Amino acid sequence: MEAHSSEVFVIGLTVFFLACIIGYYVVWSVTPALHSPLMGVTNAISSVIIVGAILAAGPQGFDTSKIFGLIGVVLASVNIFGGFLVTYRMLSMFKKKTKKTKEKE
Amino acid sequence: MVAILYLISALLFIFALRGLSHPESSRMGNIFGVIGMIIAVFTTLMFKSVLSYYEIGAAILVGGAIGSFIALRIEMTALPQLVAAFHSLVGLAAVFVAAAAFYDPVAFSIGKVGSIKTASLVEMSIGTFIGAITFSGSVLAFGKLQGTISGKPIVFKFQHLINALIFLLIIFLIVLFLINQSPTIFWTIVIVSILLGFLVVIPIGGADMPVVVSMLNSYSGWAACGIGFTLSNNLLIITGALVGASGAILSYIMSKGMNRSIINVVLGGFGGEQDTSASKDNSDKIVKQGNAEDAAYIMKNADSVIIVPGYGMAVAQAQHALREMGDILKKEGIEVRYAIHPVAGRMPGHMNVLLAEANVPYEEVLELDEINHDFPMTEVSFVIGANDVTNPAAKTDESSPIFGMPILDVEKSQSVLFVKRSMATGYSGVDNELFYRDNTTMLFGDAKKMCEDIVKSLSA
Repeated sequence: MEAHSSEVFVIGLTVFFLACIIGYYVVWSVTPALHSPLMGVTNAISSVIIVGAILAAGPQGFDTSKIFGLIGVVLASVNIFGGFLVTYRMLSMFKKKTKKTKEKE
Repeated sequence: MVAILYLISALLFIFALRGLSHPESSRMGNIFGVIGMIIAVFTTLMFKSVLSYYEIGAAILVGGAIGSFIALRIEMTALPQLVAAFHSLVGLAAVFVAAAAFYDPVAFSIGKVGSIKTASLVEMSIGTFIGAITFSGSVLAFGKLQGTISGKPIVFKFQHLINALIFLLIIFLIVLFLINQSPTIFWTIVIVSILLGFLVVIPIGGADMPVVVSMLNSYSGWAACGIGFTLSNNLLIITGALVGASGAILSYIMSKGMNRSIINVVLGGFGGEQDTSASKDNSDKIVKQGNAEDAAYIMKNADSVIIVPGYGMAVAQAQHALREMGDILKKEGIEVRYAIHPVAGRMPGHMNVLLAEANVPYEEVLELDEINHDFPMTEVSFVIGANDVTNPAAKTDESSPIFGMPILDVEKSQSVLFVKRSMATGYSGVDNELFYRDNTTMLFGDAKKMCEDIVKSLSA
């Protein structure tokens, strides 16, 4: 990561707007039946913020910043594991008519 | 190399969302998401500055264990509060990451303590602000959904004015923060933002909760974006934007399902005030009451039944008994389908998950615009725990607060069965004229108990 300059910011902004457009189209294609799993997945992936927490927790020794980073890692991990697992549970319930419906009984 | 790995991770996240376009591809999508996250974490661990593997590993294990434990044990009816709780953690994590960047800017290459670059400070403040709002708003939403706090909207005088003033105060604090970079100001921003988060969610309640949950989903994304800009990290920016867009679209769909603008929902207070104006005197009207045997008889003699579930079904945990009822009817050769209103339940898609949990095949579960034109050809509509979403007043009565809301046309079917606890109005406080029609039979009682009784009568 290089030093901050207005150019870096503009690149970030470009990425941001393009990602918003992709997000717009991808999310509209999600079937309404799966809107709850969608929230589960978005919840899990928004915890990619763990990347920032790991960077803060990275250096050796102990200071304020590192403690904040570690707390961030814990919080984000709860979400990552929780989010993906709960989504997995939801999705494994959506079954087709023919097969498997009877097995669970 | 790092940038490439982050890019792959971001692409996998996009595929994860794309997979949700169909239940068949959705499981693969979730796996893409997991792989994306693993790549992101390991790529970051490879950074030269990251050395304390044990501490980080322990933190991941602790968080992961807590998250897994909760996710595996949670009841599907409690999903909305779980999601709200998870959103609050994203918000809080964003605040902590911003704080860490503020205390150790060198680790993030954004300057030195006391002389952080202004651009980074702006982005940091925005990330902190949105993160803190997401945190407190979600905590309150969790309390409302869980029932710890009254779910009713709380409205008071000058509410919007106060919120606006607090917002201006935050902008002022951020400007001050840019000038003196003081930790005191940083934490003041955090505290005032937390306060604003509470105030923003407090006037919203009841059936507006799906919008709140979606909105907070969106905020958690924008918070991640703010941190992404602070760290100049494209992966965070992309993911944050995806999540932000997703939450915003869900909020839009939910508000449209209630024929209200997002602004209107956000300003809140719906349902609290209208109660009095809408309570027309219906005491002299006659309601036809029935019991489980009547319902069983009516449905047994029909060719087609459409089941309309609502939040009441979730509260009573009636989905399994309901599916059992549906199965018996199907064995009798009756066509059974389920109609889902966009705002049924307390979060988007809540009903679909509950029915899926009860092993209802998803082909039988249809959305409003897929099934609405079938009601005139249907003999029986079985409404369980839903009310406002079937109220014809939304189409006919211009003075009704729910006028214009898209509804399921159950009144067009030959007969309607209403499973309800009592004659109470829905969250909108509007009386439902359907209750008094000749072809309507009211089945009073607990939704689960009623379904079980109908099953007994059907198999007798």
